[in-house]
Amino acid sequence: MNLHYVILKDDFMRAGEASSNLKKKLKQLGISSGVIQKVAIAMYEAEMNMVIHANGGVIDIDIEPQRIYIKLEDTGPGIPDIDLAMREGYSTASDQVRDLGFGAGMGLPNMKKNADMLRIASEVGKGTTVEIEVML
Amino acid sequence: MKAKHSVELIHDKCIGCTECIKRCPTEAIRVRNGKAIIIDSKCIDCGMCIKVCRSHAKKATTQSMDRLQDFKYKVALPAPSLYAQFKNQENANVILTALKMSGFDEVFEVSRTAEMVTDYTKKLIEEGKLKKPIISSACPVIVRLICMRFPSMVENILPVIPPVEVAAIAAKNHMEDQGIPRQEIGAFFISPCAAKNSYTTNALGIEASQIDGVISMQDIYIVMLNNMRHIKEPEILLQCSDKGIDWAISGGERRGVELESAIYVDGIDNVIKVLEELENGQLQDVDFIEGLACSVGCLGGPLALVNGFVAKNRLRIIERKLDSLPRRVLDIDESRIPMDFTKPLEPTGVLKLDGDMAVALEKMERIEDIYSGLPGIDCGACGSPTCRALAEDIVQDNANQEDCVFTLRSKVKELAGYMMDLAAKLPQTISDDKKE
Repeated sequence: MNLHYVILKDDFMRAGEASSNLKKKLKQLGISSGVIQKVAIAMYEAEMNMVIHANGGVIDIDIEPQRIYIKLEDTGPGIPDIDLAMREGYSTASDQVRDLGFGAGMGLPNMKKNADMLRIASEVGKGTTVEIEVML
Repeated sequence: MKAKHSVELIHDKCIGCTECIKRCPTEAIRVRNGKAIIIDSKCIDCGMCIKVCRSHAKKATTQSMDRLQDFKYKVALPAPSLYAQFKNQENANVILTALKMSGFDEVFEVSRTAEMVTDYTKKLIEEGKLKKPIISSACPVIVRLICMRFPSMVENILPVIPPVEVAAIAAKNHMEDQGIPRQEIGAFFISPCAAKNSYTTNALGIEASQIDGVISMQDIYIVMLNNMRHIKEPEILLQCSDKGIDWAISGGERRGVELESAIYVDGIDNVIKVLEELENGQLQDVDFIEGLACSVGCLGGPLALVNGFVAKNRLRIIERKLDSLPRRVLDIDESRIPMDFTKPLEPTGVLKLDGDMAVALEKMERIEDIYSGLPGIDCGACGSPTCRALAEDIVQDNANQEDCVFTLRSKVKELAGYMMDLAAKLPQTISDDKKE
């Protein structure tokens, strides 16, 4: 089945809602808690990135019997150096965002740790597309 | 783990309103035939429905004092919350004596054994074998919540029996050592908590509880008040210190554990929020979580008499007075009390739409489809707490599309449209004079 979410820029009030929503559905489908935990963490970090760094975006999710596929697309500033971004502790979050407790620089590393497949495509000035796959 | 809930409906008082169905944190209640029905498998005994029902139609299942007659020897296990229920009474020995006079042969404070659980927890933490963050197992509601809604965190639950269970075992050991046959001893928890009753019939983490009954603090209050008037010199029954009594207040257990990165959360909605964050991989630095379903802690339980915030202050006063009171020291042989869980906790899987994932997926698609046709305002008039819950109920054959008042009205409007249409057209065979 397909799910579609729209994420608004800087919408901290609702940050994490899409992940919570997805988690609830996965539990209703009886998916193992190990898989749910991986999806929860990977998706939450990706969703937060969209709120903090991009100008919001859209999330499309495919739930299939063998895998869960998540695609996050935004039209934000893009990531100039993806390898640098993947480094633990590196963050480009603004001071305001750090004041809120985010921006520890663990988002992308956490995503990599929990996803079975992680693909990031980005163009500066155009936007970023993140693809996550977790196998059942 | 089949849960039997300890909340029941007083049928005649229920008016079938939407209060409890909307406030239940697990959406376990529906209104059918004008009365609220609790879905057994989804109820976690939080007692929220008891607190919010304005018709006072919900009550906790507890045993009446008559149950004491079933046993030759009776021991009372008072919850630390009991100390705070009596205005102007700051002498713990007086309170315990008044309790004993209510029909018991012995009194064994749960606050005493709470200290034992704290020490044992600290030992386990030092051994480093526990999965972090460690989640306290003291509140049975939170344990059931996790088994139902947060299955990935079942392994984080501290696998140690709660203080009240330790108290029951310790009390029975103590009385057995004095020559009393164990099966003739009835151990009764004097409780602020609705959930402990189902714990005694359906124990968590162990085969069976050694608690024989749960008596509501509200049921014993008047008896104790009367007894207090007749006490000239109280018996010395006090065993515990302020550390154990503190467990009645949110943060008390955490304070005892002495971990810097430990948090305490009270109120079921707050606990759910924290557990969601934990599930998202946040709260990485937290080592210990004390979660309590009731605001303020056990003092705020549905069976308490005094407002939790007032009781909190009273309890602090009683704690301060403890040092000036005579106490008794009963030797508790810890080797005779099995503190660890003997049965692993298991996720209940009750949220699953179907055992077969392919069927569950298909049901979910149908739910989305039905949900998109519902107004989405969660009014509760259909007897389900939300439009999404109604959509699920419809797919699971527990409700009909027409249960939705809005759906029904738009269908009536459609029907009225047809009738107007028909009324405007009469058969051509009728003569013009007869037509209106």
